[in-house]
Amino acid sequence: MSPILRVADLRVSFATDEGVVHAVDGVSFDVNPGEVVAIVGESGCGKSVTAQTLIGLTRSPNATISGTATFGGRDLIDLSDDELRTVRGAHIAMVFQDPMTSLNPVYRVGDQIAEMIRAHREVSKREALTRAVELLHSVGIPNPERRARDYPHEFSGGMRQRVMIAMALALEPELLIADEPTTALDVTIQAQILNLLRTLNREKNTSVVLITHDLGVVAELADKVVVMYAGQVVEQASLDELFYQPQHPYTWGLLGSIPRPDEIRPDRLPQIPGQPPSLRNPPTGCRFAARCEYVFADCVQPPPLRSGSGIGHLDRCWLSADAKAGRR
Amino acid sequence: MARFAVRRLAGMIAVLFAISVIVFLIFNVIPNSDPAARIAGKNANPALIARVRADLGLDQSLPVQYLTMMKQIFTGQLTSYASDQNVLQHIISGLPVTLSLCVGAALLWMVLAIWFGYLSAVHPGSFTDRSLTVLSLVGISLPVFWLAAILLYYFSFKVQVFPTGSYVPFTEDPLQWLYHLILPWITLAVLYVGFYSRVLRSNMLDVMNEDYVRTARAKGISERQVRLRHVLRNSMIPIVTLFGLDFGAVVGGGTILTETVFNLNGVGLYAGQAIGKLDLPPLMAVTMFGAFFIVLFNTIVDILYAFLDPRIRLGEEAPA
Repeated sequence: MSPILRVADLRVSFATDEGVVHAVDGVSFDVNPGEVVAIVGESGCGKSVTAQTLIGLTRSPNATISGTATFGGRDLIDLSDDELRTVRGAHIAMVFQDPMTSLNPVYRVGDQIAEMIRAHREVSKREALTRAVELLHSVGIPNPERRARDYPHEFSGGMRQRVMIAMALALEPELLIADEPTTALDVTIQAQILNLLRTLNREKNTSVVLITHDLGVVAELADKVVVMYAGQVVEQASLDELFYQPQHPYTWGLLGSIPRPDEIRPDRLPQIPGQPPSLRNPPTGCRFAARCEYVFADCVQPPPLRSGSGIGHLDRCWLSADAKAGRR
Repeated sequence: MARFAVRRLAGMIAVLFAISVIVFLIFNVIPNSDPAARIAGKNANPALIARVRADLGLDQSLPVQYLTMMKQIFTGQLTSYASDQNVLQHIISGLPVTLSLCVGAALLWMVLAIWFGYLSAVHPGSFTDRSLTVLSLVGISLPVFWLAAILLYYFSFKVQVFPTGSYVPFTEDPLQWLYHLILPWITLAVLYVGFYSRVLRSNMLDVMNEDYVRTARAKGISERQVRLRHVLRNSMIPIVTLFGLDFGAVVGGGTILTETVFNLNGVGLYAGQAIGKLDLPPLMAVTMFGAFFIVLFNTIVDILYAFLDPRIRLGEEAPA
């Protein structure tokens, strides 16, 4: 099975007044057809920049982008703006974090969905609107005929995110990028949206790149997990491998800081001490070393992303397999 | 929507009433001298002053004076005693001139301001943007009377491509109408082009960072459509508010200088002459006329606003 998206050595840096920020530094991963790949990490680790770079939303005179992202036989990084525009929406669609601000307040939601359809298909406005109503129905919005004529402010947050998903699915894209789709929502609504995404993934076999900092969301939806830290991938594994055989101290820290209902509650929830390094001037060795309780002499050298345990389970840590196993 | 419009219209009437009271107080009550003598004009004889007092009921109580004055203004009986002319007729005869000047200038300034603001915002910091910034600052800084004089000097006297002024009615000869109004339009529009293009530029730069603009890009529509349909459309909302205020103000008195320099026989020129002669009745009427237009256009903009921004309609329908 060949992947529908293969990202290789993606690097994105931005020139700012205070120097060059290396937001994404050599990220590689594959997305197979129908697969849900979660990119996990804390704020500022480069996960959103990675996702937005795939459809060219980070392109600007201040941005330097290198590497490849092969999709449908073409390199997305190399495409001209016009070529990329034919991919956006039609083949790769995106759902953003904040549904309250991601819809244009002055247009009816039906028209906003129709605009997406008409950007890529030669259909009349009426046909596009009919399709918009069907889409709103398919994402579980009651009274879709009437609601299509409403404005975004007349919808709740969860309903707006459904509208965003309906819009993203309008042209049945092969790949859906969901950038923290549930972060701005209540927990109960989060579950509904995740269910919706899972149903769509299964029914339409749409691949999903899911950007999140919430391991609960990952456990719910993902087939494969990419853990990012300070612009780099530090661990990559299948969902089960990552949760049951984590190999990188950062992943241990992330998993350790989730409250466990099945264990006795410690006095304080464990947390990872310190702050992530500045991406203007990242450390030359292991980027996590300053916050790692297992740090040792080798850590001044940059560790490679390599397979230490299972097939396809990659991690970026110098610790020996025994040391990693012994921790658990 | 109908309720919204009715409420706005009721508000408009209340504001006009308040303005009429203030105008009355300023002209008749606050100055510490005989209003009849001031209204009669500079070289009035006692008989004329007595007639003014009788016409306007100035020997009666203040509320009666107010009502008499308003009756005079609104029934068109008010006369300028200094020139012995009916004020309302004069204003009505000047209205086509003033409206021709204002509507033309407003079209010119909106088209140019949107075009310049858009060009500036598309590539902020570019040569085009910087040049337009300088140009608009110059435009904002130029005094109208000076600009009008310079334009007249170069284009009507030195090069002689445009007439020196005066007005040709549209119904008489549309081409001459246009030809005679070009310089006045430019004069009146320059300030607003500079000002509006700056405001639009900064609005557009703000809106470009909105999440929904990113959503629009992610849809795969062209950058031009993103700018026109999503950025410009949302950036126009504050511009329309400004336009309502400014257009009302221009019709209601902003044309005094332009009409005077170009010798256009409109309401502004009439007001300018009345100021020069300290002729109070025309001034009172023109002030009310100006206030009426400012309030009218504000009301129109409020109603228009609800079409531009659907969130405002909801705010109005929600229980207070």
